[in-house]
Amino acid sequence: MAETKMVNLTIEGRSVSVPEGTTILEAAKTVGVLIPHYCYHPGLPVAGVCRMCLVEVEKAPKLAPSCASTVAEGQVVHVHSEKSLEARKGVLEMLLINHPLDCPICDQSGECELQDYTFQEGREDSRYREPKRFNPAEDFGGDVIYVPNRCILCTRCVRFMDDIAHDPALNVSERGDRALIGKFEGKDLTHPWAANVVDLCPVGALLSKDFLNKARAWELDRTASVCPNCTQGCNVIMETRENQVVRMRPRPNEYVNAYFMCDWGRLNYRWMNEKNRAERPLVRQNGSLVPASWEVAISAAARALNGKSVFVAASPMLSNESLYLLTQVMQGGSGTFRVTEGDEAPLPGVEDLALRRERAANVNGAETLGFRKTKDLLGGLKQGDVLVVAGEDLAGIDAATLARAGEVIVISSVLPESASNASVVLPIANFSEEEGTVTNLRGRVQRFTQARQAPGETRPSWLVLGDLLGAMGKQASFFLPSDVFATLASSNNAFAGLSYDTIGFKGLPLATVPATGPKTPVAIGAA
Amino acid sequence: MGYPNQPHQRETAVLSQYFGDAEARTLAGWKKRGGYKALEKALGMTPADIVNVVKESGLRGRGGAGFPTGMKWSFMKPGDGKPHYLCCNADESEPGTFKDRELMRWTPHALVEGCAIAAYAIGAETAYVYIRGEFTEPLHWMEEAVKEAYAAGIIGKNAMGTGKRIDVHVHKGAGAYICGEETALMESLEGRRGNPRIKPPFPAVSGVFGMPTTINNVETLIAAAPILMNGADWYKKMSLSSPKSTGTKLYSVCGNILRPGTYEVVMGFPFKEFLYDVCGGPMHGRKFKAIIPGGASVPIQTVEEAEATLMDYEGFVAQGSMLGSGGVIVIDDAQSMVTVIARLARFFAHESCGQCTQCREGTAWTTKIMERIRDGQGTIEDLDTLLDIGEQMTGKTICVLSDSCAVPVVSGIQKFRGEFEALIQGRRFHPVVAAVA
Repeated sequence: MAETKMVNLTIEGRSVSVPEGTTILEAAKTVGVLIPHYCYHPGLPVAGVCRMCLVEVEKAPKLAPSCASTVAEGQVVHVHSEKSLEARKGVLEMLLINHPLDCPICDQSGECELQDYTFQEGREDSRYREPKRFNPAEDFGGDVIYVPNRCILCTRCVRFMDDIAHDPALNVSERGDRALIGKFEGKDLTHPWAANVVDLCPVGALLSKDFLNKARAWELDRTASVCPNCTQGCNVIMETRENQVVRMRPRPNEYVNAYFMCDWGRLNYRWMNEKNRAERPLVRQNGSLVPASWEVAISAAARALNGKSVFVAASPMLSNESLYLLTQVMQGGSGTFRVTEGDEAPLPGVEDLALRRERAANVNGAETLGFRKTKDLLGGLKQGDVLVVAGEDLAGIDAATLARAGEVIVISSVLPESASNASVVLPIANFSEEEGTVTNLRGRVQRFTQARQAPGETRPSWLVLGDLLGAMGKQASFFLPSDVFATLASSNNAFAGLSYDTIGFKGLPLATVPATGPKTPVAIGAA
Repeated sequence: MGYPNQPHQRETAVLSQYFGDAEARTLAGWKKRGGYKALEKALGMTPADIVNVVKESGLRGRGGAGFPTGMKWSFMKPGDGKPHYLCCNADESEPGTFKDRELMRWTPHALVEGCAIAAYAIGAETAYVYIRGEFTEPLHWMEEAVKEAYAAGIIGKNAMGTGKRIDVHVHKGAGAYICGEETALMESLEGRRGNPRIKPPFPAVSGVFGMPTTINNVETLIAAAPILMNGADWYKKMSLSSPKSTGTKLYSVCGNILRPGTYEVVMGFPFKEFLYDVCGGPMHGRKFKAIIPGGASVPIQTVEEAEATLMDYEGFVAQGSMLGSGGVIVIDDAQSMVTVIARLARFFAHESCGQCTQCREGTAWTTKIMERIRDGQGTIEDLDTLLDIGEQMTGKTICVLSDSCAVPVVSGIQKFRGEFEALIQGRRFHPVVAAVA
C-alpha cells in the first residue's frame, strides 16, 4: 500500500494530522470536536444538503460544509465561532418552522438530534407566525412508519435504500417546502435490511412499528451486545425497559456490520423475555421432579455424570465459555449441535454482510470447540449414555430416541417438554442475561454483556458448569466469565492470545484466521 | 434588434439581425446569410487557436455569471483520454428573460453552428442542447435545424467532410427553473431529479456522466461564430466602456415600458438612453420607479441608480445590481413594490428544489411573510425578520437559488422601505392613475 500523505491543520485550536482526502468533519472527530450535522452519515454517500455542518475556514470567502470539504494543509477551522454558530442557529430555526414540536408524543424524543442540537445551540423562540405545513403520516411497509411533518429531508433514508440496500424504494417527492419522502409506485420497505432507515433517521420522521409507543428513550437501559440471531454477529445495543428487552439497534463495528443490522435479527428479541422459564434447580425424587437447592442439584448432576459415558446436545446459542466447559463435562464423550436455517439475505452495499443462513450466534465457536454440526442431533447417542441437554429445545426428538439415554441432565433456560423425565434440571440464564463471547462465521470472537436480570434462581451458564465441574472433582474455580475465557485461551490454540481486555467491544479474530480475512474493515458502498 | 418592434438605429444587431426573418430559419436561408462559414473556418483551425481567439475577444458568459468563455473552454484538457461534452444551457427560465427564446426561434442554425464550433474547440464529439420544456416553438425550430444540419452532413460522423465527429442532441426539459443551474441541468440530462450538485468538482472536471464538460449559454455559443469570422479585435472594439466587457449583449425588456422587446446594444451603452430612447420610456403619464436589470435574481435598482448605469458587467455592479441574464424588468410608479417582490419570492419558493434547508424553508417563509405584508397584515418586526432570513439564505447553500430569492427582498426593503412601512401601518398603496391620452 502506498504511504498515505498526512495533512496538518488546526480545528478549534487543536492540531490535527489526518490522511489526505479526509473531510473536515471526520478530522474534527479525531480531536473530540463534534461538528453538528444531519444529512451526513459515515456509512452513506455525502449529500451536503442539511447545511448544518457549516464551519468557518480562515481565508475562505464562505462557510464550508465540513462533510463535503476535504482538509487542506495549514487550514484553520473554527467550529464554534460566531459566524458558524449563527449559521447553525439559522438552520435550526428553519428546520423547526414547519416542525410540529410534538416531542411529548414523539418516539424519538430523548434520542433526537433535532432536539439535542436545538437545546445545545438553537434559538429559544421562533419568529415563525405562519401556518405550518401538514402532511399525513404514511405506512412505508415493513417495520416503518413515516411522519412527514417531523422530516428534515436529510435524505439519509433515500441514500440508504439506493446506495446500500440497492433497492431504490424511496425518493424525494415534490420540491421546495412541499418536498417530502415518497415511496415509488408499487414499492414498500420490504427489503430485509430496510428498518435501518429508522436508525439512520436523525429525527422522529421514520419510526419502527415494533417499537412504537413502547418506551421513552430515557427509560431505556442500554447494553453493548452482539445479535444472537445469526452467525454474522452484528454488534448491537440491547435496550431494556423494566428488565424487558424492547429493542435492538446496530452498534457500529467496521469489521462486522458497519452501521447496520437486518430486520430479522433486530425484531427477533422476544424470546429473550420468555416467561415460561426453568427458574429453580430440580431433581428427580420418587419419580417426579422437585425443587432443590443449587448444591443438591449440582451434586446430583455430578454423581450422575462421574465416570459415565457422556453425550452432550448443545445449543449453538451458548457462549464459547459455556461450550468449553461442556467439553470438560463430556470427559471424552462426544457433543453435537444443530442449527435452524433460513434464507440468506445480503446487504449489497457492504462487503461480506448478510443475514446468514444459519440462525444462531455461535456456530463457529461450537465447531471450533469440537462440537459436531448435524441434523440428526442424537444420532450418536449410545444406549445408556448420560445425555446432557444444554440449551437445546429437543424439538422433534421422539421419546424412543431419548429413551436410549441412561439419564438426562438438562442445563437450560427453558425445560424442554420432551425432557420431562430428566433426572436433574439446572436452570441457566439466556443470552441476554449473562456475559460471554461468541465466534462469528468469519472467526471473530466478540463479547456480549448482560442486558437483563435472569429470573428466579437461574444462574449464568458458565457459573453453573464451573460449579458442576468442581463437584465432579475437576480443577475448576471461576469467579468471572473472563476467568473461564482465560483458561480456554491457554488450552485451545485457536483462542491463543485472546483475552476479554484485548477483545474489547469490537472483537478480535481467532488466531487461526488469516490476516487478509475479516481483520480489515469492510468496504461500504463497494459493488 | 428591437423585435417585435422596429429596430432602433442605436442598436448594434449582430446576433439579432435576422429576428423576424423567417427565411433565416432554414438551412438554405441561413447559408445565404453567410451561415456555417464560421464552422468551416473553425474546423480548419486547431482547437487551441479557436480557444485563443475567443479568449482574446473578451467574450464572457451571457447566462448571468459572466465567466470568461475562452478561459472556461481552456479548462478542458485535450488528450485526457476521457470523452468531453458540451452542454448548451437553453433552459431560459429567469423571470423577465427571453432573449435565448428569440435566438432559437429565428436563428436555430446559429446555435447549431455555435455548438459545433465550441464542441470542436473543447474536444467534444457530443453537444447537448437542453431546452426549457415550455419553449415549444424554439424546440420545434431547433429540432428542424439539427435535422437539416445532419442531412447536409454539417454535423454528424463526418462534420463538413473533415472526418471529425460532432453530434448535437436537443433535449427538452420538464419545466423546472432549477434545471437552468448548470449542475442541476446535468443531473436532469442524465435522467435524474434536477438537483444541483456540490461543487467542487466543477463541470470541467466531472460534468455530464462524470466526464469533463463545458456548459455555455445560448447567446454565448452563438457569439462564437461572428467572433471567429470577424476576429477578436472586431469584437473587442464593440464596447463603450470597460475593456473587461466586450461585444454586444441582448436585453429582453418587459414591464411598464412603451416598447418591450428584445434589443441588442454594445457593452457600456448608457442605461438611461436605453430605457428612455431605445425602449421608448415609460407609458404615458407614468414614471419609472424601479428597474430589475438582469432577471429576477439580481438586486432591484432605483430609477436613479439605473439612470447612472453603463450597461456592462462592471457598470451594473457599480450601481447596486448585476448584468445577470439581461432580462430587464421595468416597474413604474403605478406598481406596489411589495406586490412585485412578494410575487418574485413566490416564484423562487415554487422553484426551489428543496435540498438545502435554508432554501427549502427560507423561500417559503419569505413568501408567506411577504404576502402577509402585501395583504396588510404585516408588522414592523417582519421587516427585520425578512432581512435576517435573507442573511441566512445568502452564501450558505449548494446553489444560488436561495441567494436569488433573498436578493429582491433585501434590496427591496433597503431601497423601498417606505412602501413596506406604509402597508404595515395601514396606509393602503394608492397607485398613480395613468392619464387618459
